[in-house]
Amino acid sequence: MIQFDSISKRYPGGQDALSGVSFNLDAGEMTFLTGHSGAGKSSLLKLIMLMERPTHGQLLVNGKNLNRLHRSQVPFYRRNVGVVFQNHQLLFDRSVYQNVALPLLVSGYQPRDIGRRVRAALDKVGLLDKETQNPIALSGGEQQRVGIARAVVHKPKILLADEPTGNLDPELSAEIMQLFRQFCELGVCVLVATHDVDLISHMNCRNLKLDHGRLALDTGETRH
Amino acid sequence: MAKGNSFSAGKNRPARKPSPAHKQGATGTKSRLGDTLRGYIRHHRQVSVATLFRLLGDPVQTLMTSLVIAIALGLPAGLYVAVENLQQLGNRVKDTGQLSVFLKLGAKQAAIDSLQRELSNKPGVENVGYVSPQQALNEFQSVSGFGDVVSLLDENPLPAVLLVSYAENVDIVQLGELKNTLLQQAMVDDVRVDMEWVQRLQAILELGRKLALSLGLALSLGVLLIVGNTIRLAIENRRDEIIVVKLVGGTNAYVRRPFLYTGLWYGVLGGVIAWLVVTVGLVWLDDTVERLAGLYQSNFSLAGLGLRGLASLAAISATLGLLGAAIAVSRHLSALEPR
Repeated sequence: MIQFDSISKRYPGGQDALSGVSFNLDAGEMTFLTGHSGAGKSSLLKLIMLMERPTHGQLLVNGKNLNRLHRSQVPFYRRNVGVVFQNHQLLFDRSVYQNVALPLLVSGYQPRDIGRRVRAALDKVGLLDKETQNPIALSGGEQQRVGIARAVVHKPKILLADEPTGNLDPELSAEIMQLFRQFCELGVCVLVATHDVDLISHMNCRNLKLDHGRLALDTGETRH
Repeated sequence: MAKGNSFSAGKNRPARKPSPAHKQGATGTKSRLGDTLRGYIRHHRQVSVATLFRLLGDPVQTLMTSLVIAIALGLPAGLYVAVENLQQLGNRVKDTGQLSVFLKLGAKQAAIDSLQRELSNKPGVENVGYVSPQQALNEFQSVSGFGDVVSLLDENPLPAVLLVSYAENVDIVQLGELKNTLLQQAMVDDVRVDMEWVQRLQAILELGRKLALSLGLALSLGVLLIVGNTIRLAIENRRDEIIVVKLVGGTNAYVRRPFLYTGLWYGVLGGVIAWLVVTVGLVWLDDTVERLAGLYQSNFSLAGLGLRGLASLAAISATLGLLGAAIAVSRHLSALEPR
C-alpha cells in the first residue's frame, strides 16, 4: 500500500530529516513509527500526506508514484488518507457533527449519505450522544476521538496518526489504540507515530524505528 | 467502496471488498459524474447562502465595509447623474442656433429694415425676425410678472432686436465671425450668440463625463483594495479552518468559494447602498431644483438612476467585489498550506 524506496528529505536549511528510508506497508497492517523527537517521524508522515515532497527516492502509494502527482491532484489524493493529529485540529466554531462531516462535505457527498456516515463514525468512537456539542466542551480523550472519527468518516484506505495519545493517560491511550486496531482489521493501512514505548510493547505490532532520519529498526510484518 | 470516493492515486484498488461501483461499469461512472455536478451546484448554493448569513450575522462590520464601497461608487454615480441631468437641460435648447442683435436706442427704422434684408441674404440664415421695443416690452410684462413695475417707467428702456435664426448644425466659428462684423456697425449695440452657452455647456458636460469616468475608475480601484483587504482579514481569521479543509482533501476551488462569495455579496450590498444614497440625495434635491426651474419658467425635474441604474450599479459593484476577492484569494490562499 505504501512503499518507501530510499527516501531522503532535506529541508532548505540543509538538515537531513530522512535519509535513505525504505520499507513497505500493506493494507490491513498496523505499524508503529517510533524514535526520539526530531528523528523524522513527522517528516515521514508529512511525505505520505504530501505536505512535503521527498528530496530523493520514490514514494509509491497504492501503486502510484507520488513524485509525479501534480499539485492539482493532491486534494483528491488526500481524500484517501485519514490523519489524526496530536493537537487533533478540531474547529471550535462548529459542532462535533460538523467537524466530522467536513471530509464528506469537501468530497461532495450527498446530504443523506453524510448524516449516515457521520453517525456511523461517531458511533464507532462512542460519541454519538455528543454530536450537537461544541468540541471545546469535550475532554481531551473525547476530542481525540472526534479527531479519529473525522479521520475515518470517509473510509480512507490509509490512516495516519501523529502522536495520537500524546496528551492522554494510559487507559485512554489503550482505548484509542484499540480503535486503530479495529480499523486495521477492516483492511485499513494504519501507521501510528508515537514515543509511547509501553503502549507498543502491549500491542504486538510492527515497529519502524527512526534514528536521526535513518531506519534503525524494522521488526517486520506482524499479522493479527 | 465509498460511492463518489474517487481514488485518484491508482488503478489497482485494494482487494478489500468487491466494489459495487466496479460492477456497474459505465452506468456507475455516469451517475458519479452526475453526483459530482449535483454536489458542485449544491455547494455553490450552500456557500452563497451561508456567506450571506455570515455577513448579516455581523451587521456592523458588514455595514461599514459596504458603506465604504457605497461611498466610493456613489460619488461617480452621483456625478454621472448630475451630468446626465444637465445634458437633458442642454438638449432642450440644443436647436437654438440664434444670434440676438441688440440695436442702439436711436436706430432708424429704415436702417433696421436694410440690415434685416442684408442678414436674410447671408448663407445659412433661415429667418431674421424683428422685435420692436414695444413688442419686447409687452412680452416682458406678460412673462416676467413685473408688469406693474414697467408701467411706472417713463419710457421704454428696451432696445429693438433682430433675431437671426440659423439652420441646425451651424458652425460656432462662423457665428463668431458674423458677430464681429455686426459689432462694427454703428447702429449695433451688442450681439449675443445664444448657442455659445450651449456649446460651452456641452464642453463642460463632456468634461464632467470624463471626470465621472476617471473618478469611477480610480474609486473602482479603491473598491478592489477595500474588498481585497477585507477578504485578506477573513482569510487570516479562518486560517485554521482552511488548513483543516486542505488536509482532508478540499480543493483550492472549494477553499476559495466562500471568500469569492463574500466579496460578491459585499459588492452587491455596496452597490445597492450607493444607489439608495444617490436616489435619496436626488429626492432631497428635486424639490429645490423644481422651484429653481420654476423661476426660469421651466418644468424641468431631476431624473434619477431608476431600476436599470440599480441593476447596473449592483452588477458593476458585484463584479468589483468578486474581482477584489479573487485578487486577495490568489495572493493569500496559496500561501496557506498545511505544514
